[in-house]
Amino acid sequence: MTLWATVLLASGFAFALKFLGYVVPHQVLDGAVVSRVTAMLPVALLSALVAVQTFTAGGGGLTLDARAAGLAVAVTALLLRAPFLVVVILAAATAATLRALGWG
Amino acid sequence: MHRSHLDDQRRKEVLRQCLSVGVATGAYGLSFGALSVAAGLDLWQTMALSALLFSGASQFAVVGIVAAGGSGAAAVTTSSLLGLRNGLYGLQMSRLLGVRGLRRVPAAHLTIDESTAVAIAQPERAAQRLGFWGTGLSVFVLWNLTTLLGALVGNALGDPKRFGLDAAAPAAFCALLWPRLKSPDARAVAVVAAVIALVVAPHAPAGIPVLVAALAAIVAGLLPSRGPSDQKYLGGPGTSPDEEPPA
Repeated sequence: MTLWATVLLASGFAFALKFLGYVVPHQVLDGAVVSRVTAMLPVALLSALVAVQTFTAGGGGLTLDARAAGLAVAVTALLLRAPFLVVVILAAATAATLRALGWG
Repeated sequence: MHRSHLDDQRRKEVLRQCLSVGVATGAYGLSFGALSVAAGLDLWQTMALSALLFSGASQFAVVGIVAAGGSGAAAVTTSSLLGLRNGLYGLQMSRLLGVRGLRRVPAAHLTIDESTAVAIAQPERAAQRLGFWGTGLSVFVLWNLTTLLGALVGNALGDPKRFGLDAAAPAAFCALLWPRLKSPDARAVAVVAAVIALVVAPHAPAGIPVLVAALAAIVAGLLPSRGPSDQKYLGGPGTSPDEEPPA
């Protein structure tokens, strides 16, 4: 497969997958159970994404490093009702500082 | 039904969130552009990925596999596995946005982790829509601009990890999920999904752990709801507070 074929095929599939969610007829999605499932899907997927982004290394193995400390600080800031930007900056600053000190 | 409306302060609040998510993501665009060119893709191929594929995790997977000498088929497969979750987001975004016809095309293209996360963080329907479109557009513009910059001049910032940017992304998603976690049902789903993803991660290729975690949402939907409901976020007709008839 040429590089261009790879780029265009990957892009085509990516769009098709995104579009799938929009072509499912609303009648199918309007039932009580399906409504609850689709409303919870972003919560489940994003929470799983946070876990994977924070606690896994390149190959998928579990690891505890500066990102975990960043997330812990973010959660603490959220509990103290810090605004969005403050939460994000504190998490990044925590991870960056720990790495500058040679950990994680 | 009265018009859904956001006051100026809420509008500014949501737009600020859209923009800050765009800026944080843009920093990764630099890194993507530089990595892609280093992997052997030319400038146009790199830009095509950011403009057409437009899904960060999938794009990094494609250039990573190309750089490692992997096959095109492997690159397309991994990219698609990572992209499947966007289709699942689309199920809910489709009802929140209420788009029909050709407007579904830009809506689908902008359906990514970031736009979905900002949308579902908002309690009112009007803010959910503004959050989705605002974040989608700000990420799209900044991601493409920084990809171009990264591809042309290399990654001037150096490793994004040095600035803790790899911790900023999960922190931002966590902050966006936060308002939803007031509901006990949503909290249970979030915890179970995170645990499932971490249990599966060491044994499955990239993209799969997050997809398997969707089981948490399916089980929660099948069980009868308990505790205060998450109704206002469901997005069914008439469930949004700003679509209720005035008292």
